Amino acid sequence: MIALSDYLILGAILFAISIAGIFINRKNVIVLLMCVELMLLAVNINFVAFSHFLGDSAGQVFVFFILTVAAAEAAIGLAILVVLFRSKQSINVEDMDALKG
Amino acid sequence: MTLEKLIFYVLAAVIIAAASMVVTRRNPVHSALFLILAFVACSGVWMLAEAEFLAIVLVLVYVGAVMVLFLFVLMMLDIDIAVLRAGFIKMLPLGVIMAIAMAAELILIVGPGNFGLEQYAAPVRHAADYSNTEEIGSVLYTVYMYPFEIAAVILLVAIIAAIGLTMRKRPDTKYLDPANQVLVKRDDRVRMVSMDAEKG
Repeated sequence: MIALSDYLILGAILFAISIAGIFINRKNVIVLLMCVELMLLAVNINFVAFSHFLGDSAGQVFVFFILTVAAAEAAIGLAILVVLFRSKQSINVEDMDALKG
Repeated sequence: MTLEKLIFYVLAAVIIAAASMVVTRRNPVHSALFLILAFVACSGVWMLAEAEFLAIVLVLVYVGAVMVLFLFVLMMLDIDIAVLRAGFIKMLPLGVIMAIAMAAELILIVGPGNFGLEQYAAPVRHAADYSNTEEIGSVLYTVYMYPFEIAAVILLVAIIAAIGLTMRKRPDTKYLDPANQVLVKRDDRVRMVSMDAEKG
């Protein structure tokens, strides 16, 4: 049988890969957004696994809400990206220095 | 090794390979396509965990809507990949070390020692006529009714924000104002001329 730890290890490895992706693609906003989606997927795997093993459907309801919020986040993030590209002609993170941070 | 376990490991290997491709591909379009592969394989893993409704929703909402939106935006933008890839090799060792350290720490905590089959026995499989959708619905529309409605409002806000952010006025575009169109009177357009008939 598949153990709970198998699901959790899968989620942990997926989360670590997306952390590495944020490090190595730190100039490309669109790949950064994709890495955030991967992180949410890793968290959702944990929710679904615990819901299955504890016999509590609340975990699956929370995955449903996370999917909703992630869809809204992707839509707004991509809209901001399109506006940014229109004004700067680039999606490089280093070009976003208007706030002098 | 049972067939179920074999399917799980194959799907897990596909997810991890696809995720590695997402973060290392040169072309963002390839990254998006590998992300779709990761989502589809993950929905298979959720099927194994008896979350059938969410597995279908993941494919419908993520692959069908969010990733198509990603691909649309990727192909609309004219991205200079060479500039964006600068520093990739420089950051690669740091990223890999971070990932390995983080994965090792997490696996030490969530590994078989703490969350193995001895601590959490595998639950009994539901009967064939068990409906996962019905169970989620019975909780979602009663206990979680209020958060469910807030989620609907969040989606509405996202629609309005996305349209509001990307809409712009184009001064060079010619278009008609419908309000002015319907206010036009007959006298504004038609001029009655009375003239004598010409003699042929």
